[in-house]
Amino acid sequence: MNPARKRTVRLVVALSAAVVLASALIYTSFSAASPALSPSQLVRQAQPGRSYQLTGTVVHGSVRHVGNTLDFSVADRAGSTKIPVAYTGTVPDPFREGREVIVTVDKQGGRYVGERDSLITKCPSKYKTAPAGEKQNY
Amino acid sequence: MAELGRICLLLALVVCVYGIGASLYGVRSGRMEYAESGRRAVYALAIVLTAAFVILELAFLRDDFAFNTVADTSSRTTPTFYRAAAVWSSQEGSLLLWAWLLSLWSSLALFLVRKRMRDVAAYAQAILLGFGGFFVALMIFYATPFATTSPTPAEGVGLDPLLRFPTMMIHPPMLYSGYTLCTIPLAFAMGALLARRVDADWIRATRRFAFAAWLFLGVGILLGARWSYSELGWGGYWGWDAVENASLMPWLTGTAFLHSLMIQEKRGMLKVWNVSLVLATGTLAIMGTFLVRSGVLNSIHAFGGATLGVPFVALIGVLIAGSIYLVVSRREMLRSEHRLDSLLSRESAFLANNIVLVALCFVIFWGTYFPLISEALTGNEASVGPPWFDRYTVPLALLLVLLSGIGPVIAWRRATLANARRNFVVPLLSALSVLVALLGAGVAHKPFAIAMFCCAAFVLGAVGQEFFRGARARRAIAGEPAPTALLALVQRNRRRYGGYVVHIGIAVLFVGVAASSSFQHAVEQRLTPGSSARVGAYTLRYKRATATVTPKNDAAHTGSTLSLGAVIDVSKHGRHVATLHPSEGFYDSGEPAQGTVGHLIGGQAVSHISMSGGLTRDVWTAIAPDISAPALARIVTVGNRTLPADEAVVALGFLARAYLKNPPPAQFHFIVSPLVMWIWIGGVIVFGGGLIAIWPAPSAIRRRVALRSRARSAHGLARA
Repeated sequence: MNPARKRTVRLVVALSAAVVLASALIYTSFSAASPALSPSQLVRQAQPGRSYQLTGTVVHGSVRHVGNTLDFSVADRAGSTKIPVAYTGTVPDPFREGREVIVTVDKQGGRYVGERDSLITKCPSKYKTAPAGEKQNY
Repeated sequence: MAELGRICLLLALVVCVYGIGASLYGVRSGRMEYAESGRRAVYALAIVLTAAFVILELAFLRDDFAFNTVADTSSRTTPTFYRAAAVWSSQEGSLLLWAWLLSLWSSLALFLVRKRMRDVAAYAQAILLGFGGFFVALMIFYATPFATTSPTPAEGVGLDPLLRFPTMMIHPPMLYSGYTLCTIPLAFAMGALLARRVDADWIRATRRFAFAAWLFLGVGILLGARWSYSELGWGGYWGWDAVENASLMPWLTGTAFLHSLMIQEKRGMLKVWNVSLVLATGTLAIMGTFLVRSGVLNSIHAFGGATLGVPFVALIGVLIAGSIYLVVSRREMLRSEHRLDSLLSRESAFLANNIVLVALCFVIFWGTYFPLISEALTGNEASVGPPWFDRYTVPLALLLVLLSGIGPVIAWRRATLANARRNFVVPLLSALSVLVALLGAGVAHKPFAIAMFCCAAFVLGAVGQEFFRGARARRAIAGEPAPTALLALVQRNRRRYGGYVVHIGIAVLFVGVAASSSFQHAVEQRLTPGSSARVGAYTLRYKRATATVTPKNDAAHTGSTLSLGAVIDVSKHGRHVATLHPSEGFYDSGEPAQGTVGHLIGGQAVSHISMSGGLTRDVWTAIAPDISAPALARIVTVGNRTLPADEAVVALGFLARAYLKNPPPAQFHFIVSPLVMWIWIGGVIVFGGGLIAIWPAPSAIRRRVALRSRARSAHGLARA
């Protein structure tokens, strides 16, 4: 094989390998991704065994510690659908009733179980702009 | 004062526009005095922005709440140290920091090349002024740091307690220095393409800046990881958060560039690749800034509801289109002078390292922007989690560490069997002995961690061998004692041996990452005083509760009002190891609706973790006390009803006493992580190696001094 041809073959092989790897990456990202849904969307779409990123606000008066599990409900920003979540794992500092959170949940039977350590409280800079009603009342 | 700040910004915009015009006119028409004047415009920009920054900083230190940004992010109760750092906690302030650092670094870069490559530099300064003008325009039209309100509020909101951590002072300036420094090689690369001067000159001129960008960005990322580990209360140092990823991506392409530029310098190869890497690094740096500023992705750093999306997307679009156009239109000039001789050569190892780094960057890019991609393609926002990232990045990281051991010892052009025998025996043996030791210790169930330890041992063996051989050769020639020989070796070739030190640091860092992520024990448990939890081989006993009322300063001097915590006794096999004091600080919300007492503790609550760190393991503890327990809640309710605002602090005393007397069960988070300390030690080694590599070589300094003195004496002779 002459050197020019050899180089072309090498290039084609390398590029095809890159394309195959990139497609695998892209394919798995779609199958492994969990869709971000609001509580009302989740109620309509949830299938058992799949995980979803639930986003919404923590309902006032819904936070309860049961053993090592943290129970709370998440509601639509505007709307009345509430979803009770049983969560274990790290609770971020800014977690409060009324705060906006993202938590990865699985539907198990009629319950929604939070994936361990998946709870995120949305941007702490909300700290300065949250209206009074959203703050925890003592 | 605010008026003066606004004038500074307007002046800065005028300077940028003038500088761009003068530079381009000068280089196009060949009248270099205009290009010269354009360079001075960069210096002027630095002066004007320094003034603007000083004005804003003074406003923070003087509690001038007439400034909106001061009222939003600072307060009289915020400790002075954090008031000074609060400047860059807001959107507007961080834009100013960005533009200011850009102007400083650009001035330095252009000052250093003032006598050389004038045409390239003229284009480069126009591009840098373009970036400067963009950020100044954002501050004038979108988010001005000098907006004021009247009447002046009596008190500000205060700095977000999560940001009250010592590295807040250096982490953002470090990262921003890294980001802004990334744009300097980009500007020079574009300048070289525009001026059609694509030899290695522009690389030589900006190499040090590329290295500095890499170093600052790296240190900034590590400081961020450290903050996350010791302040965020989740015990991790890396979470594949969008903003972390945004800073890692330009660092990865920058690392690739620092390696492949050696091939261009030595062999005149990979020119298109190098230019593309530099352009990608600069663009990724701007995209990183965009990601933080726009709030387009969910992240703990996002500034909610920001409005900077559109201008940033436009800038990034222009950058990408411009880069592609320049590279494609100049491709003939960028032909390689040599071909790759063999797949087993240092060139190939460098190329492989580049491919792995770029692949890592692509994986992270895809995962980070996946919510946007999936929304565009399927209409649904979806995201990928840390397991997805780990699946691809772990094998790539293994390859990368392995290559960092192969690169330094494989021969240039073509490796032979003799070369392999000479250079690979020691590294392979050290990797093998680690493998045997680990299998003997019975940790076979963690294949990735074992592979990483072996790769790291390979790197240490390879680099150690290089140092040993170099020093031995010097001893043989100069007859120096071993330490002197080693020192002289490094001094004679700082870039090479500094680079090797960086490789050692990276290997050490990854050992820490692999060990702490694979062999970690974590427990979440609710405990009452007297009860205990088992974490790995350790027993952690909740001895007693603690409570401090701190109207001005708490133990960590962050300005919390009340702090509730615990004394934890740590023991291993019955032997006392450490006593830890985790606590949670409660902050004033400044919200009257919560009641006179309620608002004092109604703001953010922040964990102050307590940790016993060691070379072999960290024992990490955090507590989330239950402040809404009925007995405590009653005190707040009664206090709200009966106490006027100026006496409300008294109720906190009652609250603390009630908590001490009868502490409700508290939620604890315990982690025992092996070798975490080595991540930070590795980081320090990388930093040290970077400094060695970047420091001007003594010979270069001597040469410069000699040239100067010769020039001076020539000048003197001419006058005589």
